[in-house]
Amino acid sequence: MSVIDQNTTFWGYRRDNGRVGVRNHVIILPLDDLSNAAAEAVAVAIKGTMAIPHPYGRLQFGPDLDLHFRTLIGAGSNPNVAAVVVIGIEDGWTKKVVDGIAKTGKPVVGFGIEGHGDHDTIMRASKAAKEFVHYATALHRVECPISDLWISTKCGESDTTSGCGANPTVGNAFDKLHPLGTTLLFGETSELTGGEHIVAARCANDTVRSDFMKMFDRYQGMIDRWKTTDLSESQPTKGNIAGGLTTIEEKALGNIQKIGKKCTVDGVLDKAEEPTHPGLWFMDSSSAAAEMVTLCAAAGYVVHFFPTGQGNVIGNPIVPVIKLCANPRTVRLMSEHMDVDCSGLLQRELTLDQTGDKLLENMLQTINGRWTAAETLGHREFVLTRIHESA
Amino acid sequence: MIHVVLHDAKDTVAVAVVEGIQAGTELNAWIMDEDKTIQVIAKQPIPIGHKVALRDMEVGETVFKYGIDIGKVVAPIKAGDHAHVHNIKTKRW
Repeated sequence: MSVIDQNTTFWGYRRDNGRVGVRNHVIILPLDDLSNAAAEAVAVAIKGTMAIPHPYGRLQFGPDLDLHFRTLIGAGSNPNVAAVVVIGIEDGWTKKVVDGIAKTGKPVVGFGIEGHGDHDTIMRASKAAKEFVHYATALHRVECPISDLWISTKCGESDTTSGCGANPTVGNAFDKLHPLGTTLLFGETSELTGGEHIVAARCANDTVRSDFMKMFDRYQGMIDRWKTTDLSESQPTKGNIAGGLTTIEEKALGNIQKIGKKCTVDGVLDKAEEPTHPGLWFMDSSSAAAEMVTLCAAAGYVVHFFPTGQGNVIGNPIVPVIKLCANPRTVRLMSEHMDVDCSGLLQRELTLDQTGDKLLENMLQTINGRWTAAETLGHREFVLTRIHESA
Repeated sequence: MIHVVLHDAKDTVAVAVVEGIQAGTELNAWIMDEDKTIQVIAKQPIPIGHKVALRDMEVGETVFKYGIDIGKVVAPIKAGDHAHVHNIKTKRW
């Protein structure tokens, strides 16, 4: 008898496009690096807003530029966001982001700095941001079925306790969430190396399988083209190795524990692409934590399971990131970062069903409003994935 | 007390889940999938999270964890040895 079933509900913000968010942010979104200063100034002037500064946005081209827009529009469109003020150096690309976000029906407006200057832009944007805060703070949470929930997962600073404990805990939770009509996500393409045949076998049909293998082979090809060594210390990372992980195969098999024992892989997404139906989706993505969680938020996922071994401290500005850990030493030394302690699993004090339920209980509290450790600590890593150099 | 865990009875390495394993420590190794325990003696200190070899392995042999191939032996290993990047490497890159 699990903590959740088909009658489980939660209290979320139902947006105009029907999607449900678990947070209610008003964000000041810079289109490009030049607009960070103005965006940060607006967030200081108007309380209840959050600036999301980032590098890049100039002279990108091709698929790299497409991904840039997809990520920014996706972040603004995420159901955890109530309203968006976009600031860019010029009006044309600013309008592109605004129009993309406007498709969700939420309040969004943009301001270009050229021809105005920072001060005038900050003033105009602040007036709009103030109205958006009045709007957002008047909204109420409503009762929603669990099937409206989108959950993503990625592990980070993994060690061997991740594969033995924290990741199977996510897998147990995913096995319980999948049949309830939720929309789930996993990724980290390179980190499946050594276990890709297992993921392929779990694909729901031949189309999904062949899409998955295409993504996987493309990533392998990229690594083969650029590598100078056997990637020791990059993948697995120094932190992974210090924690006891030895090879990419070992890391992959630990990684794959996150998709549980029963979930089928129901679809394949490109970076920051939004899923089109419930089920478990694989997204082609880097294993770099902040890049990947940023992509999950851009694809519309509203809460994230982040199992760690050595102690990854990551958060995200838009999405609450739930940290779980099965390493007793990490739980002891980095306790302020931890939301769910599953170290009892490795001493046979808790079963996998019990740690899976522990995670789901924390998830229910989080989506109903309780802040995660990362939110209280101010971790708001927002990192864009790049594909190639700028022109 | 459980000192090390392995997933599948086929595994040739197990993971230390407690701190303080020294050479000579008698280890209770819990096979998670079968809920059974076997014994092995550590020949070297095994840091928490690191692996101990469950049997002797020769250069070129496949290392098994999760019941699956996780890499190859690149330096001779004795049962109870610390098993890590100095004696095991990837087959993939």
